[in-house]
Amino acid sequence: MKQFNEPSPLETRIISFRFGLENSASIDTYLAHDGYKALRKALEMTPDDVINEVKASNLRGRGGAGFPTGLKWSFVPRASEKPKYIVVNADESEPGTCKDRLLIQNDPHQLIEGVLLGAIAVGAKKGWIYIRGEYNYLIAIMDKAIAEAYKSGFLGKNICGSEFEFDLYTHTGAGAYECGEESALLESLEGKRGVPRIRPPFPAISGAFQAPTLLNNVETFCSVPAILRMGGAAYSDLGVPKSGGTRMVCMSGHVNKPGVYEVPLGFPMMKFVNEIGGGIWKGRQLKAIIPGGSSSPLLTAEECDIPMDYDSIAKAGSMLGSGGLMVMDETTDMVKLALRIMRFYQHESCGWCIPCREGTTWLKKMLQRVTDGHGQTRDIDLIGDLAANMLGRTFCPLGDAAAMPTIAIVKKYRNEFEAYVAKNPFAVSDLVSIS
Amino acid sequence: MTFSPELEAKFADLVTHYPEGRQRAALIPMLMFGQDEIGSVTQEMMEELGRRLELSTMQVDEVVGYYSMLHKKPMGKFHVQVCTNVACMLRGGAELYDHACHKLGLGHKEVSADGRISLEEVECIGACSWAPAIQVNYDFHHEVSTDQLDTILEGLEK
Repeated sequence: MKQFNEPSPLETRIISFRFGLENSASIDTYLAHDGYKALRKALEMTPDDVINEVKASNLRGRGGAGFPTGLKWSFVPRASEKPKYIVVNADESEPGTCKDRLLIQNDPHQLIEGVLLGAIAVGAKKGWIYIRGEYNYLIAIMDKAIAEAYKSGFLGKNICGSEFEFDLYTHTGAGAYECGEESALLESLEGKRGVPRIRPPFPAISGAFQAPTLLNNVETFCSVPAILRMGGAAYSDLGVPKSGGTRMVCMSGHVNKPGVYEVPLGFPMMKFVNEIGGGIWKGRQLKAIIPGGSSSPLLTAEECDIPMDYDSIAKAGSMLGSGGLMVMDETTDMVKLALRIMRFYQHESCGWCIPCREGTTWLKKMLQRVTDGHGQTRDIDLIGDLAANMLGRTFCPLGDAAAMPTIAIVKKYRNEFEAYVAKNPFAVSDLVSIS
Repeated sequence: MTFSPELEAKFADLVTHYPEGRQRAALIPMLMFGQDEIGSVTQEMMEELGRRLELSTMQVDEVVGYYSMLHKKPMGKFHVQVCTNVACMLRGGAELYDHACHKLGLGHKEVSADGRISLEEVECIGACSWAPAIQVNYDFHHEVSTDQLDTILEGLEK
């Protein structure tokens, strides 16, 4: 199976070690390489023991928010009389992110096993893998793996001869970034428009079909079999305190060897770019890095000499997010970058919350005006102000996702916006901001 | 309206995937698979699926309008989707899209007169590390240069 990029010797391959094996997606390959061992182990454990192992691993959600996974699993009320469900978020759409696609394509059984471990932990009997519509080919791969798992007794009734039963299905999306947000995804799963729900209640209490639901990203589930096999503490030790284990980082942009690489949390960002990524292309200089998908504020070259873990990146003012690391060389036009990012969020805003719907629309218009050479100095201020006013005022984080990178770009590269304004022959410097 | 026996079998299985009484959940997959077979989401299809899932046509329509991959007008037999989002932009996605526009004489979401090819500028398709990327229908093409795009377009069956 095509691997997309050559692995690097500097990787720590814990969840991607089967990539590149012959027929890596088949159950035979999976079973020959530690497959379903964690499941057998978990079937001998109590649900609390499974959750405690995940807690000990310091695994944090790989979808973007970085919430501690074990804690999330403990929120699902096992005693509830309602059925409990598992939902896998495979609606990977954050610009810069392309790892879940590889995890499903190369190793679908690892995801099934991770889901089963979650099901044991929370007492669920049914689950869905919500796959974005564009990843149509993955549905065939996943369905085939699911069929193999049923046939071999890893899905269905009496799994591995135990009392445990679980049914798993794929579910296709139809093109909507917003559905990567957990509550919008649940609406979409129920056959509706993907608009977010107000929380609380969180999905752990009222999720899919208003029942307690464990919802995690593909990579998060894929990490759990390794945690059970090697033990939570050993997994945690791969990373740094509070950011356990490894994660898939998707490197794109102006580097010599873009690709998806698995590295321990806390791996130095510049070493990642220069040694694994082969440095900046065309012999140019680094200008900036977007560390975790387009919603994470960009870091200037001077700010990039940090370890890649949740807390270090947060301290630098950004987010590890979904692991979509986009590298920009010295020739990158930051005004055009800001506009392109905003065009995306304006297109994807579902329109439910007014600050996001109107905010993204006006930001796009203003950024377009500046890019076209019709901007005024006050537009630069207004862009920053308007974006700041969107923060925290929406049901879901899409509004924040649009605002945060914009605020960072305007603040860090104001000179480039001013250079665009200077091109406007009708620019009036003393126009006051209306904010 | 009628669907192929294969698709009917798929639909029959699909509705069993969801909790009793929540069969509406099958709507979006049915619309996607239906569109794959029919070529677009027709008024007739919306009425039919609505009948099956006990939804009004308007409820179906409201869902269709939300999702960018559901089209009420047929796209071309080959729907060429060029990503210009950040990761692709940094590696020439916008130029690739412009090239496709000129080459095909089409703009965003336009279909050729013979209905063979359509073009769309799309948002991130999850191929960021192999940018710039395009999709022709569901097939991904990675690290596409303008020359390669020409080859891909010329290689599409007549």
